[in-house]
Order: sequence, then structure tokens, then C-alpha cells
Amino acid sequence: MNRMLAVFRREFMGYFSTPLAYIFIVIFLFLTGVTTFYVGGFFEAGQAHLQVFFLFHPWLYLFLIPAIAMRLWADERKSGTIELLLTLPVPLWAAVLGKYLAAWAFTGVALLLTFPVWLTVNYLGDPDNGVILAGYIGSLLMAGAYLAIGACISATTRNQVIAFVVTVVVCFLFTVSGLPIVLDFFSAWTPQTVLATIASFSFLTHFDAITDGVIDLRDVVFFASLIAVWLFANGIVIEMKKAG
Amino acid sequence: MIEILNLVKRFGPTITAVDGISFHVGKGEVLGFLGPNGAGKSTTMKMITGFLAPTAGTVRVLGCDIREDPIGTKEKIGYLPEGAPAYPDMTPREFLQFIADVRRIPHGSQTELIALAVRRTELASVMEQPIDTLSKGFKRRVGLAQAILHDPPVLIMDEPTDGLDPNQKHAVRNLIRRMAPEKAIIISTHILEEVDAICDRAIIIDHGKIVADGTPDALMARSHHHNAVQITLDSEIAKIAEEAFLAMPHVADVARHDLPDRTASLTRFTLYPKDGQRLVDEIGAFTRARGWSTHELYAELGRLDEVFRSVTTGDTQ
Ligand SMILES: Nc1ncnc2c1ncn2[C@@H]1O[C@H](COP(=O)(O)OP(=O)(O)O)[C@@H](O)[C@H]1O
Ligand SMILES: [Mg+2]
Repeated sequence: MNRMLAVFRREFMGYFSTPLAYIFIVIFLFLTGVTTFYVGGFFEAGQAHLQVFFLFHPWLYLFLIPAIAMRLWADERKSGTIELLLTLPVPLWAAVLGKYLAAWAFTGVALLLTFPVWLTVNYLGDPDNGVILAGYIGSLLMAGAYLAIGACISATTRNQVIAFVVTVVVCFLFTVSGLPIVLDFFSAWTPQTVLATIASFSFLTHFDAITDGVIDLRDVVFFASLIAVWLFANGIVIEMKKAG
Repeated sequence: MIEILNLVKRFGPTITAVDGISFHVGKGEVLGFLGPNGAGKSTTMKMITGFLAPTAGTVRVLGCDIREDPIGTKEKIGYLPEGAPAYPDMTPREFLQFIADVRRIPHGSQTELIALAVRRTELASVMEQPIDTLSKGFKRRVGLAQAILHDPPVLIMDEPTDGLDPNQKHAVRNLIRRMAPEKAIIISTHILEEVDAICDRAIIIDHGKIVADGTPDALMARSHHHNAVQITLDSEIAKIAEEAFLAMPHVADVARHDLPDRTASLTRFTLYPKDGQRLVDEIGAFTRARGWSTHELYAELGRLDEVFRSVTTGDTQ
């Protein structure tokens, strides 16, 4: 456990020792601001909730999370530190989990820093803060799912650009799989059950359900199991590379 | 303390990087692991330290099997990977602290052990500087400090002095020598003088196989130059001397080099003995008896580079 914590701490502090972290946070805050206030017309809507704020999170994450995840393992491979890490007496799960949780905690920090939006909406009106909290939890879970995908893909390569591009593509598929445009494409030739399965993998469907203010256990389980599966795959990828 | 049992590593169906290597290293022993580039030294070390899984065979460290108990085995090993990788954005202090945490060194003794490793590797002056701003020599020493931090019984170092200047090399060799009595150490190198300087034993590998194994002296005894005599005489008697040497019963061959850049009047001979026997006393007596003035006279132990070349290329000269 304290080994995982040591890995976590190193990775987490690592974000803040480079300008990358600050750039990421600034871009994230800027984009959430732009999408909420300009694209989403937050003020014009005149409603005291953060629906438009959360509305764009999946699309922001689609590009920003792969940018965080791409360096997780690819960078260690490139710089050779992976050889150091994996020859220290750290169980593989501790290394995978420690690094992943650090990245997740970092996105959590970025998400927390959007609190002025929450202050604004509370200042202007009288929102249901329970619904807002649900939205934040949903957003964090979804970010965790994107990150787990990115972490696993990052472990397959030493090239961060490749890791980024492949992660964006995979994340995109998970994001849009519930949209009518995708389902229409499949509906012509796939049975209903397969269709339902495809749709059930959509981040949007599960995320929208949570941001509506209802934290359904099924949505939480969806994201949690997705994270678990991708992290497990992350471990397997590293084991396989070890076998050569 | 280290048992390497028939290690094999294949990459894909065609590349066999390590092809059935076995050896033991005991306490107090410093093993020099030699071989040309691509011979499989690093791959072997990566299997010993658990970074790569062997295709066949295994490694035991103090009875602990790397395949059965990887964590327990890794705890007993200090490893300096090739190129001494370290997290570039950390300072040596943060980095060593991280290693101490991961190795679960009790908090009470962390400060002390870090201070000891820092003293041994002479890192004190750069402790608060990001590692990526350090010179190559300091980076290497950070890697060394990391490897010896937990005072492991087994040390594996992949080219520990590569890229260091002569003073730094000297310091690292002294460090290894000082730690040697307590530990079993394997270092890979392609610097042959290093083997003579710090190793009790050398293994030469080529194409993933062991081609020579013995003490540096024993390996040098296999050299064509073992017990050869170097003698420098005035050039005016060079011709007579050459004939005289060749006529001696124990001399197999004579090579003659004029020394042009120095006083043009000197000639150096290399006299190769028959069957590697000792020749120097006989030559000494011989020249004294003739009253030749000798400017140089010494016996060679042998040349490791020559043995190295002959076992790794089949070239005997
Ligand atoms: N990951 C790998 N994939 C394929 N071939 C490899 C890999 N690692 C090493 N090799 C090959 O294995 C051989 C031994 O390499 P290495 O152990 O690094 O040699 P050395 O350290 O003695 O110079 C080389 O031919 C190298 O190309
Ligand atoms: Mg090597």
C-alpha cells in the first residue's frame, strides 16, 4: 500500500514540477468558461443550474484527457525510467494504480478549480446544489474512464503522439456510441440486442443520466467497471512487453 | 549468492539475445560481464533484475527465485540500468526519497541511508538541482546512489563508468571495490582495463553464449602475449640481436618495431615464448652476458583485449 502511495506521490508531484500542469489547468478552465458562457449561453438561459457547464465536459475531455494520459507510460518507456520502476520491489498493480490515481487526482484538481462557476450560479440564483454535486461526481467518473483508456494505450508505445491519437479515437468511439447518428448506422443491419449493447457503452448516455441529478448505481458501476477493465488491460500490456 | 540458471531470451522467432547462460556469483566477488555490443549483456541483466521475463531458465538471488517471488528478489538487488535512467524533473534528494519510500526503508533510517549513499557517491553539491540539469557524471552517480541506497546484498550495474571522465571512473571503481567484500556484484563493461582494476572474475559472452570465464589473470594467460618479453636495444645491434633471439630454443617468434618518433637509434623487440613459458630471466641473462645495453626489459602478463578479440571473433592475432 505505501508502495503504491510512493508511486502516486511521485507521479502527482511530477505534474506540478513542469509547466505542463499549469498549461493544462489554464486551458481547461478557459475552455470550460468559453463553452459555458459563450457557446452554451449560460447567462442568456437565465436558469440557475449548471447543465450547460457539464454539457461540454465529454467533448473537452475527449482531447484534454488523452493529453494527460499519453505520457503516463509512454514517457517512462522513452526515458528508460520504466526499467527503474519495474525493477524496484513494486507490485505491478501498485505501479499501475499509483500512476493512474495520480493522473485522476490531477484532473480532479483541475475540475475543482472550476468552482468560480459554481459560486457564480449560486450568487445569481438558487440552484439545486445536490444536482450540481452529482454533475461533478459524474464528470470526475467520466474523466476517470477516459484516463483509464489513455493509460492502457500509453503503455503500448514509447511514442506519446501515437498514444494521444489512438486514445482520442478510442475515447471518441466510447463517447458517441449512444448518439442516434451512430445507432442509425448500425440499426439497419444489427439485431436490437447488439444495438442496445453498443448504446449502453456510451459515455454520453451514462453521463447525462448522472448530470440530471440522479446518481443511479448502474451508471456508477458502468464507469467503475470500465476503469477496472482498462486498468487490468494496462497491467496485461506491461506484462506482455516484459515477456518481449 | 546469485545463481543464473540456463537463461534464454528470445525476441520474436528469429532473435536469440541470450542463449543458455549459467553462472554463480558468490559473496565478495566482483564479476565483470564482458562482450561486444549486442552480445546480450544488458538483456541478461534485465532478466536478473526482473525487467524482462526469461524465455527459459531462471535467476535466484539468495535462494529467492525471480519468477516465483519477484518482489522478494527485487528487494535484495540494487540495479543500475544502462544509461542510469532517473526522473528528470526530480532533484536527487526527491528521487532518493522516492526510492527510499518505494523500498519501504523505515522512516527512522531513511535520512541516514540517503546521507550515506550521497556521501559514497559524492552527490552533496547537487542535491537540490533537477536531475535533467546535471552533467552526465552526476546523473550516473545519482543512478549509483539509487542502486546502493538500501545497502543491497547484490548489485547489478550495467556499464557503471560509461561516459565518465578518468577521475570519475576512478572514484566509481573505488566505490565498487570498497563495497565488494560485503556483496555479490556484477558489472558489465567493455572497458577492459576496468576488469583488471576491479573484477575478481570475468565472463565474456558473445551472441548470447559464454565464451570465456575465469580470473583476469587466467584469461590473460590465454593471450598470445602471455609471458612475452618486451626488450628495447640500440638499433645498431638490432640485426644481430634479432638473429640471436630467433636462435634461442624457447623463443617461438620475434617481432621488431623501430621507434621512429623517439631517438631514432632504438629498436623494440617482442619475443614470444614457446608454449607460453616464462622467458624474461633467460633473455635478461642472455643480453647481460653479451654486454648489450637494454633500455627496457619486461615480461607481459598477457593482453585482455587480445583474448577478448580472439574469443569473440575467432581472430587469434
Ligand atoms: N526489445 C528487444 N527487441 C528485439 N531485440 C532486442 C531487444 N533488446 C535487445 N535486443 C537484441 O538483443 C541483442 C542483445 O542486446 P543487448 O543485451 O542490449 O546487448 P549488449 O548489452 O551486450 O550490448 C541485440 O542483438 C539486440 O538487438
Ligand atoms: Mg548493453
